[in-house]
Amino acid sequence: MASLETVVEPILARYRRDPTALLQILRETQEALDWLAPETRQFIARELQIPLTRVEAVTQFYAHLYDQPRGKFRVLFSDNITDRMAGSVALMEHMLKRLKLSRGVVSIDGLVSVDTTSCTGMCDQGPALLVNNRAVPKLTPRRVDEICDLILTGAPLADWPAHYFEVEDNIRRADMLLGAPFKPGEAIRAAIALGPLGVLGEMRKSNLRGRGGAGFTTAVKWEACRNAPETERQGTERVVVCNADEGEPGTFKDRVLLQSFSERVFEGMAIAAYAISARKGFLYLRGEYFYLLAPLEARLADMRRENLLGAGICGVETFDFDIEIHLGAGAYICGEETALIESLEGKPGRPRIRPPFPVTHGYLGHPTVVNNVETLCKATEVVIRGGADYAGHGTRESTGTKILSISGDCERPGLYEYPFGVRILQILADCGAHDAMAVQVSGAAGTCLSRQEFGRRIAFEDVATAGSFMVFGRDRDLFDAVRNFAHFFEHESCGFCTPCRVGTALVARIVDKIAEGHGARYEFNELARLHEILRRMSHCGLGQTATSALHNIMHKFPAVFERRLISKDFEPGFDLDASLEKAREIAGREDSSAHLGVEA
Amino acid sequence: MTEIANQISIDGEKIEFEPGQTILTAALAANVFIPHLCAHPEFEPHGSCKLCSVVVNGRNVSACTVVAMPGQEVQSNTPELNGRRRVLLQMLFVEGNHFCPGCEKSGNCQLQALAYDLEMLNPHFPHFFPDRKVDASHPEIFLDLNRCILCELCVRASHEMDGKDVFALAGRGRASHIMVNSPSGLLGDADLALTDRAAHICPVGAILPKEVGYAVPIGRRIYDVEPISDVAAHMHPEFLLGNK
Repeated sequence: MASLETVVEPILARYRRDPTALLQILRETQEALDWLAPETRQFIARELQIPLTRVEAVTQFYAHLYDQPRGKFRVLFSDNITDRMAGSVALMEHMLKRLKLSRGVVSIDGLVSVDTTSCTGMCDQGPALLVNNRAVPKLTPRRVDEICDLILTGAPLADWPAHYFEVEDNIRRADMLLGAPFKPGEAIRAAIALGPLGVLGEMRKSNLRGRGGAGFTTAVKWEACRNAPETERQGTERVVVCNADEGEPGTFKDRVLLQSFSERVFEGMAIAAYAISARKGFLYLRGEYFYLLAPLEARLADMRRENLLGAGICGVETFDFDIEIHLGAGAYICGEETALIESLEGKPGRPRIRPPFPVTHGYLGHPTVVNNVETLCKATEVVIRGGADYAGHGTRESTGTKILSISGDCERPGLYEYPFGVRILQILADCGAHDAMAVQVSGAAGTCLSRQEFGRRIAFEDVATAGSFMVFGRDRDLFDAVRNFAHFFEHESCGFCTPCRVGTALVARIVDKIAEGHGARYEFNELARLHEILRRMSHCGLGQTATSALHNIMHKFPAVFERRLISKDFEPGFDLDASLEKAREIAGREDSSAHLGVEA
Repeated sequence: MTEIANQISIDGEKIEFEPGQTILTAALAANVFIPHLCAHPEFEPHGSCKLCSVVVNGRNVSACTVVAMPGQEVQSNTPELNGRRRVLLQMLFVEGNHFCPGCEKSGNCQLQALAYDLEMLNPHFPHFFPDRKVDASHPEIFLDLNRCILCELCVRASHEMDGKDVFALAGRGRASHIMVNSPSGLLGDADLALTDRAAHICPVGAILPKEVGYAVPIGRRIYDVEPISDVAAHMHPEFLLGNK
């Protein structure tokens, strides 16, 4: 018990025994102890004076927190469709064979476990894996062998070759944001010169819209937060949150912005804070980007030193603002802003009922602005160039530029920054996708476009996107994407509302049944019916969009299903003969009359 | 300026509401039934079961969470919405292990009653047959999570009314489950008393008092006598008082 205390006590002290930091406390404790044993969970509950169930609920909610031992080395292969297209399935099989393991089972000596995880945001340099939350991209059979050797010798991660962990930016097309020079402090000083109302005015003129997918006008959000009535209980405190829980499969632009443009991100947060009079800021960083934590902390320290954060920023007496980084722990749902706020408060990330919206009731009830990483970067451009100049780029309804994360079947995957209004065809030509058959835009929750739609444009008024752009070449089977997405949503559904909790599971089962060759027209119709239920009745965007790609593919690529469906009206999902296997085993029979319908 | 009347229409019928009421509470107070499971007059709306989904001015919303506003045109009792509600009920049935004929709650169970009322004739989807434990460790109360529908009424009652936090929702997705706050995880080691609100709030048969077996015969229970759509309002007089 002494050792438990020595490990956990400093963590608890650093977070001032604040239960709202529960997720951070559990994450850091696990970092030190490899897993969260029952006595660890009880100790933390006792010390924080919260019910044990609260600790259990958080531990069980986040995929990367473990209430069972998962080994000294915890390997998770990114399981996005683009990783699969790059060969991740075979690489994982190879590793399992080398380590003599079954997927998800810890080795007997407690050394290692190997499993899959949702997209880790390395799609332009996949296949990728996480080992103890550190990202390893660009996997090859040889690299996998080397990793197996290191694991078997028990070499600590610090002793692994550093280049394993190198993550590239792959910026292929730079425009207003990625291509512009930037001097630290430039945006904050420009904002101060404008004054808070001036900033809001420029933001309004710019017509900047949120880059996280929903496309809400940023100025309206900021103004609503600034004007949120003071409440007796919450006082006048306001909060700025940067949503860096970039979990949408196929998206990785926020990773690059945080890796190479973090001064922009943080200054964007400071500008938002200045405009709405917030003193507190959070960057909610997805756990998969743990490797960015240290450089981001260093950047914050620099900014504090340069008086770009902290008290009296740039000499303005009333401008006090600082930023704390919180990490997620494997939950796609936390990209939804109210789920993210719940997570920031140290709870499971279940979306809240809206209204009230975060701009009036957000973090701990305070009026809160939640903005995407890219949106905040764009805010720095708006204050520097002025709203009118900014609005001159892109289209009338979608001003400025948009960064696309391009992956899949193309010669040059990576980041492409385009003015809004660019056509899909242009993008495909630029990234070297010569025989694209389909593009999945905006991630698993997005839209699947067929060749006939390649003349359409990236813009809120046409093809809206949070940035994911996954290309499927002519030889791909889109059913693999359907199945991958179905299992993704089943895994990521938070479980709060009936339609999404049960519906995503039903969809995954039906898709599996079709994959196994037992699907008939009945199953096809069932999927269409479930799509309507999920879309209309789910509590939040996750459930509402969980079957969008499925629905698109069913309609635009009917052959994907038709060549799999059997001609009968219905066939049971179980294999009658296989279900007799146990009986044959007991009876010691293997003759033909012990089998059912094997002639075929 | 004339004052705008506090009136909404539900399926074409005009009803009055008190400011602050949700569409669901306003409807029930006016004796218009909207199916619901996780909503309860004594608690803040939860909005998880989605049975009370209605269409308001063309948008899909939960009646339990949306505040009534003058001029709202609500569609509720339509074949389309009832069809979708039936699917949600089927989802709840296949997700757990519900054996109505042998259940002590039969006839008093809101899930079963709604299934009758919405004419759910079969579970439709393949059963999940989840492996869930029965906890009989408490001397006076059974906890049978096979029947749990995750409405969290027990969680809310224990926290808000009993001040105890005996129950909590844990897990994620389909692994979501109610757990008991005790070192062993067993109800017998938790601080639950038969007199607690949480011991009696379950709308299904997941939390049941022991030593009461078929005291009222099946056939004469609440929803055996009248459909839930007729019983709902007078079961909860709080609704009629216009409490939120």
